[in-house]
Amino acid sequence: MTGYLFLAILALSLIAFYVGRSTAGRFVAAHGAEVHSRPIYHGAFAAVWVGLPALVLVVFWLLFQDGVIDRLLIASLPESMKQGASPSQLSLYLSEIKNVASGRIFTEPSPEISAAAERYQRWQAIAQWAMVVVALSVSALALYMARTRMAPQFRARQNFERALDIVMILSAAVAIIVTLGIIVSLTYEAIQFFRLVPPHEFFFGLNWEPQIPIREDQVAGTGAFGAVPVFTGTLLIAAIALLVAIPVGLFSAIYLVEFADERVRGIIKPVLEILAGVPTVVYGFFAVLTVAPAIRQAGGMMGIAISPNSALAAGGVMGIMIIPFISSLSDDALRAVPQSMRDGSFAMGATKAETVTRVLLPAALPGIVGGILLAASRAIGETMIVVMAAGLTATLTANPLEGVTTVTVQIVTLLIGDTAFDNPKTLSAFALGLVLFVVTLCLNVLALRIVRRYREKYE
Amino acid sequence: MSETTATAPKPFDWSSPEAMAKRKRRYAADRRLRLYGLVSILVAIGLLGILIASLVVTGYSAFVQTKIAVEFTADPENVPAEDPGAGNFRAVVSNAVQALFPEIENRRELRTASKILSNGATTIVRNHVIANPGLVGQTFTLEVPASDPFDQLNKGVIDRNLPEDRRRVSDAEIELFESLEARGLVSTPFNWGLFFNADSRFPELAGLAGAVVGSFYALLVCFLISFPVGIAAAIYLEEFAPKNRWTDLVEVNINNLAAVPSIVFGLLGLAVFIQVFGLPRSAPLVGGMVLSLMTLPTMIIVTRAALKSIPPSIREAALGIGASKHEVILHHVLPLALPGILTGTIIGLAQALGETAPLLLIGMNAFLTSPPGGIMDPATALPTQIFIWADSPERGFASRTSAAILVLLGFLIFMNAVAIYLRQRFERRW
Repeated sequence: MTGYLFLAILALSLIAFYVGRSTAGRFVAAHGAEVHSRPIYHGAFAAVWVGLPALVLVVFWLLFQDGVIDRLLIASLPESMKQGASPSQLSLYLSEIKNVASGRIFTEPSPEISAAAERYQRWQAIAQWAMVVVALSVSALALYMARTRMAPQFRARQNFERALDIVMILSAAVAIIVTLGIIVSLTYEAIQFFRLVPPHEFFFGLNWEPQIPIREDQVAGTGAFGAVPVFTGTLLIAAIALLVAIPVGLFSAIYLVEFADERVRGIIKPVLEILAGVPTVVYGFFAVLTVAPAIRQAGGMMGIAISPNSALAAGGVMGIMIIPFISSLSDDALRAVPQSMRDGSFAMGATKAETVTRVLLPAALPGIVGGILLAASRAIGETMIVVMAAGLTATLTANPLEGVTTVTVQIVTLLIGDTAFDNPKTLSAFALGLVLFVVTLCLNVLALRIVRRYREKYE
Repeated sequence: MSETTATAPKPFDWSSPEAMAKRKRRYAADRRLRLYGLVSILVAIGLLGILIASLVVTGYSAFVQTKIAVEFTADPENVPAEDPGAGNFRAVVSNAVQALFPEIENRRELRTASKILSNGATTIVRNHVIANPGLVGQTFTLEVPASDPFDQLNKGVIDRNLPEDRRRVSDAEIELFESLEARGLVSTPFNWGLFFNADSRFPELAGLAGAVVGSFYALLVCFLISFPVGIAAAIYLEEFAPKNRWTDLVEVNINNLAAVPSIVFGLLGLAVFIQVFGLPRSAPLVGGMVLSLMTLPTMIIVTRAALKSIPPSIREAALGIGASKHEVILHHVLPLALPGILTGTIIGLAQALGETAPLLLIGMNAFLTSPPGGIMDPATALPTQIFIWADSPERGFASRTSAAILVLLGFLIFMNAVAIYLRQRFERRW
């Protein structure tokens, strides 16, 4: 239905294009060179006016239709059902109504529910048809208005270009809307969470057991939401990853920039880039399939007990993933050092190694640090490797051989499956998400600023 | 001022033993640094090699499937001719197993023997008979997949020489299977089911069709949103935007969005698209929308780079003969920049294809036994399917997971190859 509506709007818009163009063609035949815009712009003007407003309207209608109908349905339920019902109960009613409406009946529904289901079906049909009628009449009205405005002297080109401008500005604004959307939605849910769990408990508590009581009378089911072990686990894994990636990445960058010839560079660089292009779920499986058992076996041979989901396996594999980040950003930083500094160093008789360590590295340090910060933000926000290879229980430890959990693991495990948005368990995921977003944002802004300032220095 | 005697410094003896030793040390340091660099590159490439090798070693066996040729008899007693779909195909299969092993007499042993065939055998036979109703009352031979333990046994993953209590198949079962092998009924053809079956609880039946279709729909939505929006935004920022605070803010925003962890986009999708707008969970539509938000920064950045590479002389020539600014861009700059934009788009979509975490949060990790019919149906995607299989305990799923990863990597390599081809075919140096 909706698909056909989109097609109908597109067809109308196409018709408008031809109507506009042929009208302008008649102008040209009658008035010759006096006509301001070329016929094709008259057509484009009409097409934009017929197509765009209707499309925007339909998209917004679709986005809000279900929400509005849900509200109306809840409002239409008899008072006796709404009295004292919690939001989750209300949403249960809603899904029952929808099940009944779509014919998935398991038990005989109560008369209120079946009445509501009937209302639901009726309202949905009304909403659908209303959308079709409104969208098509908007299109028709726009076509009529566009046609009345057309005249030999009409500035069709300017009008069309103005419409294009608006579309382009709105597209550029999407980036801001997305950022705002992230901030608003995370903050909103996090505030809901902090109403249930005080912030000081979340930020300073040492015990993370995100359970909620399934029954009212359950003993010891309140759960604990002290996120410190989760944060330390994240930092531990990120630190291991950086310990693996920094030396390997930095030394490969030095070799590629200073020692390798063009041909070798041309082969090795793309190969290193492949490491960055491998999906993270693949790394996760690699960690589980190969690395973790290998580490356990090595530990077993030395007589050390290593947990099957040790921080070492997850962090090590994550390190492999971020090698190319560090190497390519250090590569850029080293190349940005002016040739004159290199030449000066060589002229003094320094060897290549001395030039690298005494001249190039200090000069490129800000760029390299910026790259490392970006890599750190990547490591903190990385999800799939840790979801598959790291642990679920939050232990407060600095021992890389034990299993620790991370912010991203907790977010995924808390939100997988069906979720209701009224308990601290699900909401805590959004609080963790907010912390993750803020921390990575700070790291990114800092890194980008360092890199930019450094680049300006040598330009 | 005190008087200093300006004696010439003693000339340094470059060939003295100390100088030689020092030079040797310095050269050694030089060689060491070069060695460190070489070693780290080899380590990185070696790790990539191990990664791929371990996937190939575990995954290659999933590209073939052990099948057993069995003679089934669609007895009219079990399968009514007027409505073959309602037949008792369980009985058909168990009769066929009995016919395979006429020596078995007791029911328990027969049940063990029928475990050699996949659980899906009943469905396969049923579908075959429904498709060919003329088979009712006839005997026909069908190749049905062997169940997972015997599939592994046949492929050599389960070692027949291990003591009985340490493997998943008993000696009796191996004997039955070997008798089938001796009769030449066992074959291992290419596993088309891996590509044409949807997900299943049984490894021997599980395939990627649902995931591939789901990924296709999600990428389609992602492309339809991020391609036009990305190009429009890039044109505006590159060609029209005045240099002011607002455009600065947009630029900083785009750079930061490109570095936001993907899971945060998943949270956004869950909180806004699913909670506020009430779009269905697990739908490729929502997945594609979330992925498009993630690819948008990439799209904008590559499009701007492509626009920037078009030399000003082209713009000036067009402006010179009276084109408006919009005409310059739509008629001249954009067509010339299109190969670059398309290359960037394909690379962006390849990234989106491998993205997992946000799809988990919006529920695209459901267990579904049929491919989605449209963008509103529940679906999985390739990477989430890999995640689901990686979590499954059956041995057969380990090799399926590796095989699925190889398929995913194949898609990624294909997309990147197309991008590289486009770049080399159409790139113009000005």
